Amino acid sequence: MSGTGHQPQAQAFRRAMYRFGHSWLSIAGLVIVVALILTAVLGPALVPYPEHVAGAIRTAARFQPPSSRAWFGTNEVGQDVFSLTVAGSRVSLLAGLGVVLLGAAIGTLVGAVAGYAGGWVDEALMRLTDLMLTLPSLILAMAIAAALGPGLGNMVFAIAMSWWPGFARLVRGEVLAKREEAFVLAVRALGAGPARILGRHILPNIISPIIVKMSLDMGFAILTVASLGFVGIGVKPPTPEWGSLLSLARGYVPDYWWTAIFPGCAIFLAVFGFNLLGDGLRDVLDPKTRR
Amino acid sequence: MTLEIIGLTKRYKGGVLALDDVSLELRTGESFGLIGESGSGKTTLTRCILGLEPATSGQIRYDGVELTRLSGAALRRMRARIQIVFQDPYALLNPRMSAHDIIAEPMIIHRATIGLDGKGRTARVVELLSLVGLNETHLYRRPHEFSGGQRQRIGIARALAVGPELLILDEPTSALDVSVQAQVLNLLHDLQTRLRMTYLFVTHDLGVVRTVADRLALIHRGRIVEQGETETVFRSPASDYARMLLAAMPEPDPDLSPFHRQPEVSAPEVSAPEVSAPEVSVIDP
Amino acid sequence: MALLEIENLHLAMRSFEGEAHVLNGIDLALEQGEIWGLVGETGCGKSLTGLSISRLVASPPARYTAGAIRFAGQDLLRADEAAMQRLRGRRIGMIFQDPTTNLNPVFRIGEQMIDVALHAAGTDPSILGLQADASRSARRKAARALAIHMLDRVGIARASERIDDYPHQFSGGMRQRVLIAMALIGRPDLLIADEPTTALDVSVQAQILRLLHDLVLADGLTVLMITHNLGVVAQLCTHVAVMYAGNIVESGTTRAVFKRPAHPYTRALIAAVPTARSVRGRLQGLAGSVPSLIDAPPGCRFASRCAAAQADCTAGTPPAREIGPGHRVACLHLAEAAP
Repeated sequence: MSGTGHQPQAQAFRRAMYRFGHSWLSIAGLVIVVALILTAVLGPALVPYPEHVAGAIRTAARFQPPSSRAWFGTNEVGQDVFSLTVAGSRVSLLAGLGVVLLGAAIGTLVGAVAGYAGGWVDEALMRLTDLMLTLPSLILAMAIAAALGPGLGNMVFAIAMSWWPGFARLVRGEVLAKREEAFVLAVRALGAGPARILGRHILPNIISPIIVKMSLDMGFAILTVASLGFVGIGVKPPTPEWGSLLSLARGYVPDYWWTAIFPGCAIFLAVFGFNLLGDGLRDVLDPKTRR
Repeated sequence: MTLEIIGLTKRYKGGVLALDDVSLELRTGESFGLIGESGSGKTTLTRCILGLEPATSGQIRYDGVELTRLSGAALRRMRARIQIVFQDPYALLNPRMSAHDIIAEPMIIHRATIGLDGKGRTARVVELLSLVGLNETHLYRRPHEFSGGQRQRIGIARALAVGPELLILDEPTSALDVSVQAQVLNLLHDLQTRLRMTYLFVTHDLGVVRTVADRLALIHRGRIVEQGETETVFRSPASDYARMLLAAMPEPDPDLSPFHRQPEVSAPEVSAPEVSAPEVSVIDP
Repeated sequence: MALLEIENLHLAMRSFEGEAHVLNGIDLALEQGEIWGLVGETGCGKSLTGLSISRLVASPPARYTAGAIRFAGQDLLRADEAAMQRLRGRRIGMIFQDPTTNLNPVFRIGEQMIDVALHAAGTDPSILGLQADASRSARRKAARALAIHMLDRVGIARASERIDDYPHQFSGGMRQRVLIAMALIGRPDLLIADEPTTALDVSVQAQILRLLHDLVLADGLTVLMITHNLGVVAQLCTHVAVMYAGNIVESGTTRAVFKRPAHPYTRALIAAVPTARSVRGRLQGLAGSVPSLIDAPPGCRFASRCAAAQADCTAGTPPAREIGPGHRVACLHLAEAAP
C-alpha cells in the first residue's frame, strides 16, 4: 500500500489516533491534560490578580464568596482563589513531571541492569528495590525533605527517591520477558553483545509500558506533591501550590467552602485527567492489545 | 569444512536429559535433515551448535575447530560462518526496526570481518533483498508490514548477510501456509545451489525433509534413532520410530487414509447412501 | 433437509483501513453424518465461517450483510443470544486449536467437565438421565459419572482417577482428548473443530484423528473440520470445501476434489504440499499473495494469481457450477485451467 520510508510510520500514527479517538474517555483525559498544560504555561500571565500570586494581600476583601469579580471567591487574606489556583498549576505540574522523569530514569536504569544481568546483581538491586518499597513513600519523602530543607528541587528529589522502585520492577519484568523473545535470541545468534542487545533491541521495545506508567503516575505524583504541601513540606509560601492552599483553607471549610473546594477540584482534575490519558495511551501503545 | 558432532550430551539442571550421546557428521555442501517431534532435543542441539547453550559433554567441531571451547572474539568470528534461520517469522524480527536495519545489523556486529561502511552496507542489503525475492521498495518497512513469507525472507537475508558457510534452518516454514512454504523452500533450494552452502534443516515435517534433504537423522527423546540417505530411510525405514512416523504422516490422498471409506459403507446409519455411491463413479482412472 | 445450511453468507469486518468483505457469499450444506473439511490458508475466512455458525464473531466490528445460517431449520443469524446459549455446548459442540489455553489451569478437569454437563442439562435434563426435579447433589453426582464416562470414551486411561487432575498434569494430546470429551458431553448434533490437531505432533495427531473418526461413526455426529492441513482432510473427511479470500472456490466429496481438482487454486494448493512421495528439489509453488479484502475489485479473487485468468474473470464473482455429483467449482474457465 505504501511505498516509501516515512509513509508507514505516518500510517501507524494515524492508526493509533484512530484507536485512541474511539474512546471518548481518553479524549476527555487528553483535553484535561492539554488544558492543564496550557494553564500552567500561560496561566500566571493571564490571571486577573497577578499581584496576589506574588503575595500581595487585601484583608478588606477577605472571604468573599465567588462572584463575577473573583470567580472562585477570596481567601482569609483577601487573595483571589482563582488566581492562586491557576498559578498553582505550574508548581504542581512541574513537580509532578520532575518526579516522574527522575523516577523513571533511575528505575529504568536499575531495572534494565537487574533484568539483563541476572544472578547476584539482579538479587542485590531487587532487594534494594524491595527495601525502598517497604518504606512508606510519604514518610520517606518527608524525611528526605526534612533533612535537605524545603524547596521545589528538594521535594522533587525526595519524592523521586520513593518513586523509582515502581519503574525498576516494571522495567525488570519487561526486560526479562523481552530477553526471551525470538528476535533477541536471533541477534544473540548473530553474535551481538549485551550493550547492543539491551540498547538496540530490548529498551526500544519496552518504552511503551514505561510511557504509559509515566502518564498514569503523573496524577499520583501531583497528588503526592500536594500531600507534602498539605503537611507543610514543599514549596515555600508565597508561591501558590494546591496542597498548601488546601492546607491553609482547611480551618475555614464549613463556612468558606470555596477556599478549599477549588484547589481540591484542581487536584482531582489533574489526577483524573492523567489517569484517563494513561489508560488511553495503554490501549494505543501496549503491544498486547495491538492488532 | 564439515560439522562434526561427537557424543554430545546435554543435561539440564534438574536432571532432564535433552541430548543423549548424539553423534552426527555433515558433509560440505549437502543438505542434512534433522527430524524430531516436540521435546525430542532438536532445538537444544541447534542451540548447542550455535553456542547459545553450553553442552554438558561431547564435542562439536567445525572445520577442525572445537566450538564448545571457543569464547570471546574467536566465537564471534565463528558466528559469522555459522548462521541460523528461526521458525517463527512473526517473533524473530525486532518490531521496531526497519528491514534495512535488521539485515544490516549482522554486518555491523561483524564489521571487523566484513569491513563495510554505511553506504556499502546499504548496497549489500539491497543485493540481499533481491537475492531473497524482495526489492528496494521494502527497504524501510517495518516487520508488521510484511506477510509471514516475506518476514521469513528477511530472516533468511539477515542470516546470509555475513556470508555464512553453514546455515542452520530451524523449522523455517512450519509457521507458514503451504503455498508460501513452497515459495520459501524453493528459495532455500535455489540459494543453496547458488551460494554453495551447507544446510542443517531441522523440522518435524517428513514431507518437507523429503524435498530438502540429501541425508537425514531422526532424533527421539534426545537420541539419534536412525540416520541415512533420505531415499533409503523413506523407502525402507529401519527403526520402529521411523516406521511409526511415516505411518502417522497425513498424506493428501484419500486413497491412503487409514479409515478409507469402508466403515461408512458398513455403517449405513452414519453415511447417507447417496453420498458414498456417486463417489465410486468419480474415481479418477 | 440438511442439518446445517449456510446460504450466501456475507460478512463484512470494519477496521481502520476500511471495510473488508471477509466472507463473500458462502454456500455450504452439511447432511447428518458427514465430515466436512473446510480448508484454506491464513485469512481465507474459514475460522470466521466456523465462528459464525455458533455466533461467536464479535459484532461490531463484524456485520452480516446478507445470507442465512440454518441449523436444523432454525435461522441462527436471527436467533437471539439466549437461544444461541442453549445451542452452544448442547446441540453445537466446538473444539479449538490450542488445547493448552482452552482449559482453565486453576480448576480440576472434572470441575470443568461437570460445569459443561450441568449447563447442557439445563436445556436437556435427559443428558444426565435424571428427572427435571432431581436434587442438586443427584445432578452433580450424575454429571460426574457422565464426565468419567466421556473421559473413558476419548481414551483417557483410569478416567475415574484422572478426573481430579489439573490440566497441567495432562500432555497436549490428552488435553485435546479432554476438550473433545467436553465438546461431546452435551450430545451435540454438530461438532465444529477448528484446527484441532495443528498444535500436536504427527504421532499424536494420528491418534486424535482416529478418535474423532470412531466417535463420529458411533454417534452419527456431523463434523465441520476447519484446517489448513490437506493431509488431515484427505484422511478424515468425507467432504471438503476449499476457501480462498472469503469464497468457497471448490467443494465436493473428498475423493472427487482430491482426485480431480478442478479449480486452479485447489490444484496449486494440492501441488504445493510436500509429501512422503515428493522428490528432492523444487516444489510447485504458487506465486503472489492473497489480495486485500478491503475494496476488493469485483470478480474472481484468485484471478491475480491465476495462470488461466482471462478478461472476463474480473467482471463478476464466478458462480459455482456443478461438474460432477455434488462437485461444485466457482471458475469460469475450467477447460483452460485443466492441464
